[in-house]
Amino acid sequence: MPDENSYRIEPAENGTVTLVLTGRIDLERFGKLAGLIGPIFDTHSPSRLSVDMSGVTYLDSAGALFIVELEDEARKRSVPFALSGLSREKMGILSLIDRDALTKPSLAPRERRMNIVEQLGVASLAAVRDIYDIISFSGELICELGHSLKHLRNVRWNDTVSYMKKVGVDGMPIVGLISFLLGLIMAFMSSLQLKQFGANIYVASLVAVAMVRELGPIMTAIIVAGRSGSAFAAEIGTMKVNEEVDALATMGFSPMRFLSVPKVIASLFTVPVLTVFSSIFAIMGGLIVGVLGLNLTIFTYIQQTMKAISIFDIVSGLIKSVVFAAAISTVGCQRGFKVRGGAEAVGNATTSAVVTSIFLIIVIDSTFAIILHYI
Amino acid sequence: MNNTEPVIRVEGLTVRYGSNTVLRDVNFEVRPGEIFVIMGGSGCGKSTLLKHVIGIETPAKGDIWINGTDTSKLDDRELRKLHMGIGMLFQSSALFGSMTIGENVALPLTEFTGLPMKDIESIVKMKLGMVELAGYDNHYPSELSGGMKKRAGIARAMALDPAMLFLDEPSAGLDPVTSAELDVLIRKLNEGTGTTMVIVTHELETIFNISHRIIMLDRDAKGIIAEGDPRMLRTDSDDSRVTDFFNRRVTEKKSEGMTT
Repeated sequence: MPDENSYRIEPAENGTVTLVLTGRIDLERFGKLAGLIGPIFDTHSPSRLSVDMSGVTYLDSAGALFIVELEDEARKRSVPFALSGLSREKMGILSLIDRDALTKPSLAPRERRMNIVEQLGVASLAAVRDIYDIISFSGELICELGHSLKHLRNVRWNDTVSYMKKVGVDGMPIVGLISFLLGLIMAFMSSLQLKQFGANIYVASLVAVAMVRELGPIMTAIIVAGRSGSAFAAEIGTMKVNEEVDALATMGFSPMRFLSVPKVIASLFTVPVLTVFSSIFAIMGGLIVGVLGLNLTIFTYIQQTMKAISIFDIVSGLIKSVVFAAAISTVGCQRGFKVRGGAEAVGNATTSAVVTSIFLIIVIDSTFAIILHYI
Repeated sequence: MNNTEPVIRVEGLTVRYGSNTVLRDVNFEVRPGEIFVIMGGSGCGKSTLLKHVIGIETPAKGDIWINGTDTSKLDDRELRKLHMGIGMLFQSSALFGSMTIGENVALPLTEFTGLPMKDIESIVKMKLGMVELAGYDNHYPSELSGGMKKRAGIARAMALDPAMLFLDEPSAGLDPVTSAELDVLIRKLNEGTGTTMVIVTHELETIFNISHRIIMLDRDAKGIIAEGDPRMLRTDSDDSRVTDFFNRRVTEKKSEGMTT
């Protein structure tokens, strides 16, 4: 049984070639039919091309495009072209095709791909501009915080408390769990080495000093950057996209004061608390290993922990955590305010907030390590 | 437009969100090739009805038949196949912001046809020409005006030559001239391609300019209060809710004391 959606090429003696189309001439057959255009002219060299569409049962816009492309090719090769068997419906689809649109060049030329040197240059300039943006945003934020300190009644305390809950209380379970496991792992791994020298008791010192001075603040800051820094950027970014930030400005509010100050104040208060919480849970993790794996008593472990850490360690850890909090909340808000466009820009801002915050946490920690070494 | 078997049949459709019934026992048919408008005041369930017809949401009760298939009986795969045969223009145009207009229109073609890139580019240029956006293939949605975005949305919705096109508030947010131009384009595409078009709108100009038939929904009735040719309903309907809507009259109840 012949395929009802087929075509035949019928060359006549006078040089006329007739393309007989039957069945559906649609998007599904477009690829196959478009491949015919060249061969019809190259193989048969027609003096005249005629297309018989009387057997066509369905013609969509892709089918109509095939007819138009065939006619254009015939015109290019100066071959007379004729269409027959066209119903009024099919004429309607053909009339929708704007022939000029098919050859009209793009009004916005495609961007040229940059070579590696250009890419490096653009990336460097972007990084410099980014540093400049963060510094100028921080300056503006410090001014707003100063203004808020002078006018405490103007601070949106309800929002601040709400962010304290989101950053602090809601973050406690994950900070506690991760720190507990970190303490457990540190104690277990160090005990394997210290046991050989009979120095089991120093497991407590190791966990306590490492957590209170370094790992507690860093782990807490990284978790807060992932949880809250990203949330700040997404919240402000979405408000930018929805023109809510513009609405605040037109109502006479300072968007920075309205949106950033509560988030920054909440972070400055809650991150140090979370850091203390993190260190306590890590020490508890170490305690489990000490008691169950190293036969230490709870009292001995706690006593050794207290002996190992000094007030200086605690204070330096807390100061670090305050600086981390300032960096995370500033970057989160700055990335949110930088959003232009739509949903994709919000996603980019969120990712950028987390990556930049983590980078800054490491830079700040390194700086503190050098400063504290000389104190 | 011919009066053959309906392409869409809605029978006893009831939509509930929790205990809140939005639509109750809605019945209507859409015939092939017609421009069918779902109209009514704000909050009457027009867009909700559209979402149920295209299968984005599941009704509490009732059946929706598209091309003779009961959509409630379809699994996810079959529903996706059905969606390939329909086009949808969303109220916000919903163009993908990270892609150019050309890439937006090409997306369904590259995903579902397996055509070589050269052929896809020709089809994209043709589609953009059909909606009078020739040359804008390398522009991003953010670089276009509201009316141009709508036209680009139509080009994307019609990329696979669907038999049915659904348009949710096509003239929302457009100025009257752009809105009228869009009406002309919709009419031209309907006449040229024979595509059945279901439009949700409350714009009277659009309704009178392009619709063949309408159904009118009412928030209090939670269903259809009028069906037919809007030009006839405007003058001949006995229902004051219908004539008030068509003649932009404010009733005593709605204006809380103010009458025209």
